[in-house]
Amino acid sequence: MKHFEEWEGFKGRIWKEEINTRDFIQENYQPYDGDESFLEGPTEATDKLWGILQGLQKEERAKGGVLDMDTDIVSSLTSHGAGYISEETKDLEQIVGLQTDKPLKRAFMPFGGIKMAEEACRNYGYEPSAELHKIFTQYSKTHNEAVFDAYTPEMKKARHNKIITGLPDTYGRGRIVGDYRRVALYGIDYLLEEKENDFSNCGCGVMTDDVVRLREEIAEQKKALKGMKEMAKIYGFDISRPAKNAKEAIQWMYFGYLAAIKTQNGAAMSIGRVSTFLDIYIQRDLEKGIITEKEAQELVDHLTMKFRMVKFARIPSYNQLFSGDPVWATLDLAGIGVDGRSMVTKTDFRFLHTLENMGPSPEPNITVLYSSDLPENFKKYAADISIRTSSIQYENDDVMKPVWGDDYAICCCVSATKTGKEMQFFGARANLAKCLLYAINGGVDCKTKQQVGPSYKPITAEYLDYDEVMEKYDIMMEWLVDLYVNTLNLIQYMHDKYYYEAAELALMDTELERTFATGIAGFSHAVDSLSAIKYAKVKTIRDEDGLVVDYEIEGDFPKYGNDDDRADDIAVWLLRTFLAKIKKHHTYRNSEPTTSILTITSNVVYGKATGTMPDGRKAGEPLAPGANPSYGAEQNGLLASLNSVAKLPYEWALDGISNTQTINPDALGHEDGERINNLVNVMDGYFDQGAHHLNVNVFGKEKLIDAMEHPEKEEYANFTIRVSGYAVKFIDLTREQQMDVISRTCHKTM
Amino acid sequence: MEVETMHETFTGNIHSLETFGLVDGPGVRFVVFMQGCRMRCKYCHNPETWKENCGEQWTPKALLKRALRYRMYWGKDGGITVSGGEPMLQVEFLTEFFKLAKQEGIHTALDTSGNPFTKEEPFYHQWLELIKYVDLVILDLKEMDPQKHKKLTGQENANILEMAEELSKRGVDLWVRHVLVPDLTDDEDGLKDLRLFLDKLKTVKRVEILPYHTLGLFKWEKLGIHYSLKDTPVPSEEQVAKAEQILGIEKKNQKER
Repeated sequence: MKHFEEWEGFKGRIWKEEINTRDFIQENYQPYDGDESFLEGPTEATDKLWGILQGLQKEERAKGGVLDMDTDIVSSLTSHGAGYISEETKDLEQIVGLQTDKPLKRAFMPFGGIKMAEEACRNYGYEPSAELHKIFTQYSKTHNEAVFDAYTPEMKKARHNKIITGLPDTYGRGRIVGDYRRVALYGIDYLLEEKENDFSNCGCGVMTDDVVRLREEIAEQKKALKGMKEMAKIYGFDISRPAKNAKEAIQWMYFGYLAAIKTQNGAAMSIGRVSTFLDIYIQRDLEKGIITEKEAQELVDHLTMKFRMVKFARIPSYNQLFSGDPVWATLDLAGIGVDGRSMVTKTDFRFLHTLENMGPSPEPNITVLYSSDLPENFKKYAADISIRTSSIQYENDDVMKPVWGDDYAICCCVSATKTGKEMQFFGARANLAKCLLYAINGGVDCKTKQQVGPSYKPITAEYLDYDEVMEKYDIMMEWLVDLYVNTLNLIQYMHDKYYYEAAELALMDTELERTFATGIAGFSHAVDSLSAIKYAKVKTIRDEDGLVVDYEIEGDFPKYGNDDDRADDIAVWLLRTFLAKIKKHHTYRNSEPTTSILTITSNVVYGKATGTMPDGRKAGEPLAPGANPSYGAEQNGLLASLNSVAKLPYEWALDGISNTQTINPDALGHEDGERINNLVNVMDGYFDQGAHHLNVNVFGKEKLIDAMEHPEKEEYANFTIRVSGYAVKFIDLTREQQMDVISRTCHKTM
Repeated sequence: MEVETMHETFTGNIHSLETFGLVDGPGVRFVVFMQGCRMRCKYCHNPETWKENCGEQWTPKALLKRALRYRMYWGKDGGITVSGGEPMLQVEFLTEFFKLAKQEGIHTALDTSGNPFTKEEPFYHQWLELIKYVDLVILDLKEMDPQKHKKLTGQENANILEMAEELSKRGVDLWVRHVLVPDLTDDEDGLKDLRLFLDKLKTVKRVEILPYHTLGLFKWEKLGIHYSLKDTPVPSEEQVAKAEQILGIEKKNQKER
């Protein structure tokens, strides 16, 4: 059994025998069910640093979204010297470490694809290095090049027509959450030792593909661990040993995360579930009397400030999909342990409190793992912060815990993953609304007129017949799912090979579980369209080529979002059918297939590529985001809408079901106490039914319109809103997306 | 058995349902908007509910079943509110609905203008039966002065004030609301009279000012009814604060946002 003097005062045994952060947490954390009155405001140093950072953010916006960029250094763990928020105030920074040598400066990351890295530079007026161009086109291959080398013509066509869309073939797949806490608890040397053991025990000597691949991967992980030590040294820290106090624990943990964001520009770069872990160190220091509450809060504030600074160089098409420069530095709070104890600690309060000390912010993407059994005081404080900042999302711990245990983290916008024990293959989504149009038109895309799907017999009747449509939809979906899964198999293979996440995976178990995360776009429109065909009369309108391009709907039909089983049953059927088809297929590295109904802000772009639907949605209009009901469909208020979404079983969409709702503050109650209680009641009611996720925004339409018209106003600089699965500064959205958000706002009763 | 069957057959005319009502009674509430009202308030924001004998037909039992789908959101405070329109125009339906709700232990609130109230029979007896099942009456007092009331709403107010006194006498909790319209319902004397009247009532738990808003205006236009308050502005924050001061309303716990 290992023993380090840094572990003095910590209880438990198993976590000393093996790498087991969860066991350490369970043996040592102290649940807190008190209220927020112990919290401290920002220190002078925090105010000063945050002031400088806000100035830099303003400058960044004034320069068109990017403050500075690397053009000739390939980002690695040790590619840059030490960087600080500002040189003059570096001694004030309790927690240090930047992705590059300057704040908000974006690194050059070519391994996902050199073309994209260069395009990102040029888009913001920077000229990328010619030498690097040569290296990454003539001597070294990137993920993007490898994927396109291997794509079939059919895959390229489906991708081009956007029936499968948002694929991680031009950017990092992300979603892999290293157990960054391991750096603090064990120190790098012990982690290296364990990887050496795993390497020695990898395979029995017979060099199958699997064994060779894994041996190479462990070798990469070992290099990454050594690199992390070097990286920390640049900042003057030796992380070979465990952290000895709270400040070191936070710093060590952050170095683990920094290693990830220096080497990967994945779509989502989550931090994980660190609050309960860090609280153990803070509590130990508080009890020893070597730290004050004010200092503890300062550490949490400064760490959070670093999370607010994570930046990647992105290309315009990426920004259209994921508007507002998100990185999904998702940080999870609360939850309940398997033994029934609340995992809320004082540090969970401290992280929420950063939104008061430094104002609202989209990053980190703060996620409360919710259960109606959480301590009342915490629920109320979270609701209060939600009402005041619209910066928090909620996910149902009661449904996730049975599947993922009590040490899972959210690895993307809403998807759960077992920390340190599991990796996800992120696979974007298939557009099931468009698939329905393909079923009607025999595989021809009504926008491009290309034969994309197989040329099955199209529907020729003037009025759509439900049974005929369902039969054709089923076989078209079969085709789509087959192509989709195989496209993803190819992408994930190449990503492992050419853009392996060595730093994150070095902080995870060598033997991993893997999930294969597929997704659905256009969900509500597919559902409402089928309902229209079933319950109303839908007449087809054809163009000169005989393609159906529009529909006339005669009569009313039930829509998803009104707690009406006639429509909601179709929704449940669609999810189940899609998942069953996915599960039939081989998935890369024998990963466990899952699916999701979440689209982020990409609903706007996906909508542009989708023709008029039989539910009345016109060509090019945004799709409803995630699992949200279609715009205007909800006739009976928010709770009816929530009930509809809650009917979708989480077990069939383990990758997540996102729902974003906006409530007018005046409609939520007359005074703060009432508003807080009402919001808590809404969440209790929603999650107790087994619903998965809720983004809560509290503001009026008037504020959105004013922010859109007057983005220069000081009050809107940090005005944060929740969109599907993440938060953004409203003024960073494109005008189109702002209009979309406004049109979906909001639930207001008269 | 026979009685039950009879109850099964009669229905209420419902304008619409709101599953997420947070300002019409305590907590999160299922709000039923009934069809039909005989008041013709100049500032009405639901003129589409005036017409009687139309709307969607619901039996009390079916409506309760629907409401119960939202029970898990109500927590300790929430429940059902029936509003309108004027719910007391359909007093038998209302009584049966609330009776069923009380059997389920649900908090019930009645949002009314009081206009149908009369001590004449058969209404009075029906009303006495109704209030057995009402936990809270949210009463809109539009105007104290009888002439002004008539001008504002087209109806008398003596019976409305009488109902308030009856409710007080019978120990039924009251929330009193007053819509504040600049130059119409915001004169100091009128508000003072209202305060004096409220002082006589023993069961007033809350007094609220509802600032006039124009969000219902488009409905008048849609219905083709002349809207006489077109040039009336919404009250300023100061005007609201002043009225609240006269009525003795204290705002609790208001944080900056």
